[in-house]
Amino acid sequence: MAPYIVRRLVWLPCILILASFVTFVLGRFGPGDPVEVILGQYNKPEVVERIREQRGLNDPIVVQYGRYLGQVVRGDFGESYKYRGRDVADLLKKKMWVSAQLNLAALIISLGLGIPIGLYAALSQGTARDTLAVAFTLLGQSFPVFLTAPALLMVFALKLDILPTHGWGGFFDTRIILPAVVMGIPGVAFFTRLVRASTLEVISQDYVRTARSKGLGESVIRRRHILRNSMIPVVTVLGPTFAGLATTSFIVERYFGIPGVGNLLIESIFARDLPIIIAVVLIGTTLFVLANLIVDLIYPLIDPRIRLTGGRRAE
Amino acid sequence: MQSEARLVLEAPPRSGGSYWAISLRRLMRNKLAVACLAVVVLLYGSGALASLVTFYGYDDQDLSVAKQGPSIKHPFGTDRLGRDMMTRIIYGLRTTVIITVISLVTGSLALGVSLGLMAGYFGKWVDAVIMRTGEVCTAFPDIFLILIFVSIARPPLKEWVRGIEDTLGIEILKLGVVDYLVLSLGLAIFSWFGMARLVRGQVLAARENQYVDAAHAVGSPTPRILLRHVLPNIMGPVIVVVSAGLGSAAGAEVFLSFLGIGIQPPTPSLGLMMFEYGSIAELRSNPHLLLFPAGTLTVLLFTFNLLGDGVNDAFNPRARQSGGG
Repeated sequence: MAPYIVRRLVWLPCILILASFVTFVLGRFGPGDPVEVILGQYNKPEVVERIREQRGLNDPIVVQYGRYLGQVVRGDFGESYKYRGRDVADLLKKKMWVSAQLNLAALIISLGLGIPIGLYAALSQGTARDTLAVAFTLLGQSFPVFLTAPALLMVFALKLDILPTHGWGGFFDTRIILPAVVMGIPGVAFFTRLVRASTLEVISQDYVRTARSKGLGESVIRRRHILRNSMIPVVTVLGPTFAGLATTSFIVERYFGIPGVGNLLIESIFARDLPIIIAVVLIGTTLFVLANLIVDLIYPLIDPRIRLTGGRRAE
Repeated sequence: MQSEARLVLEAPPRSGGSYWAISLRRLMRNKLAVACLAVVVLLYGSGALASLVTFYGYDDQDLSVAKQGPSIKHPFGTDRLGRDMMTRIIYGLRTTVIITVISLVTGSLALGVSLGLMAGYFGKWVDAVIMRTGEVCTAFPDIFLILIFVSIARPPLKEWVRGIEDTLGIEILKLGVVDYLVLSLGLAIFSWFGMARLVRGQVLAARENQYVDAAHAVGSPTPRILLRHVLPNIMGPVIVVVSAGLGSAAGAEVFLSFLGIGIQPPTPSLGLMMFEYGSIAELRSNPHLLLFPAGTLTVLLFTFNLLGDGVNDAFNPRARQSGGG
């Protein structure tokens, strides 16, 4: 158990240092010399040299990287190229809060619908309801957000006119419903499939039969033996699920005109606003790695079998 | 479907038949998979032969018919510059075909299979280096990695190609070669690990077989053992993984183009079209501009998924029977 946690914890700074180094190199040697960006057309050699000296661009590369790390840790990502004088950190804070709310809403929909439907399908295996659920998962996983977003928009916003088309008003606003549902659909299908498969596996285990044979009530078996064990795979995929949601949120934010990180990133890519791109990449990577770490640390708590082997259960 | 597969398994092989022949016959018996295969061949074929199957050029503008709905002359309508949408979608499919084929062949097949073979067969430090590198790659969210890779690699590559253009006196940049190259390389670099891990596991199992010992005993060199004895015996799972990877490679290309880091205009791409016409105003007045590219992508991904399942059933029948519940 202890070596397992230590190994995971040592892994974290390695990845983060690598990520920060890659982004540093990109910002320093990537397209667009920082000095040229500041000066624009006006670039006398002596002025360029003075600014280089002022900004420490003539220092040894290791010193520069150390300074960069110090800035990043304090949350200082420099100044945006496009929005002159705006701090990247300030710009990002607001957008990240918006995206976080949207992602949370989508996650609630995915889990809140996917887990019950999956359980229900597995417990009524072989009936028409099970077939229906399986058919739904196939469709839900195959339909890209590119199609579901405009399709739902046309039906609910343009034809029926019961939901607003675009914009943002916070977590408790009707404008979050459509984008969150669009983002949630693939998740619902995915979790339904996952929970159904894991529940079916758990049902056929010996300990469930033992529980039945010693006369436990069906509801107790379902709650204490089936449900708890069939949830294990759900926890393990939560990390990748975050990454998947972030990906779809880029598309959905664009379609629904939501002022989140995705929209900002697309804008920045078109404007070649490197400081923002770097900040988004660095923060996104950190969150992704942290999410995976947390999942890995929670994992042995729910599945005691892993404590014995000290490693991931082979799946 | 399943009972048919079992029937084939139990029936005595009629014309003898290798593993491949049997598996292919099993695949061809699955009507759904054959239908999907037909759709994929149709979409990929029209994409690959784009200039032969279209009546217009992808950048033929005719402003007098701009933003028209579907008609007999233009089955999918026209875009804001009066370009035929069907032509543009077929050329967009060509982009998808090129990217998926290059990235799968170089990434999954070339890099993934060879590194997996080496890791599994040599073990020790070779194995450690390859697997640790792969784990670092997968610890990052791949979209960000590709984003970084493309921003770093595109400008110098463009300069390089421009240099070749000057010396040879031909125009290559216009064809969008740089975009294709950068994007498929980016996808390849970050997609090899899944395949490498699978091949490594398969090799570890296959290595224990007596035919490998026998080949060693008669003095076969290692490359020969790997390619002639080990590789053919692990091809089934490799095929399954490749067929499952097609859909995700196509989806990644479309997504990256949507973000603006993939194919650059004027080269048509499904992602770019959906980005351009993805606003609510366009959806209100000209829904066909968005729905046709999105619908094409949906059909492509849907058939890929079903085909992947069919290939899995045909080439990996045991997995289906034990895992089907």
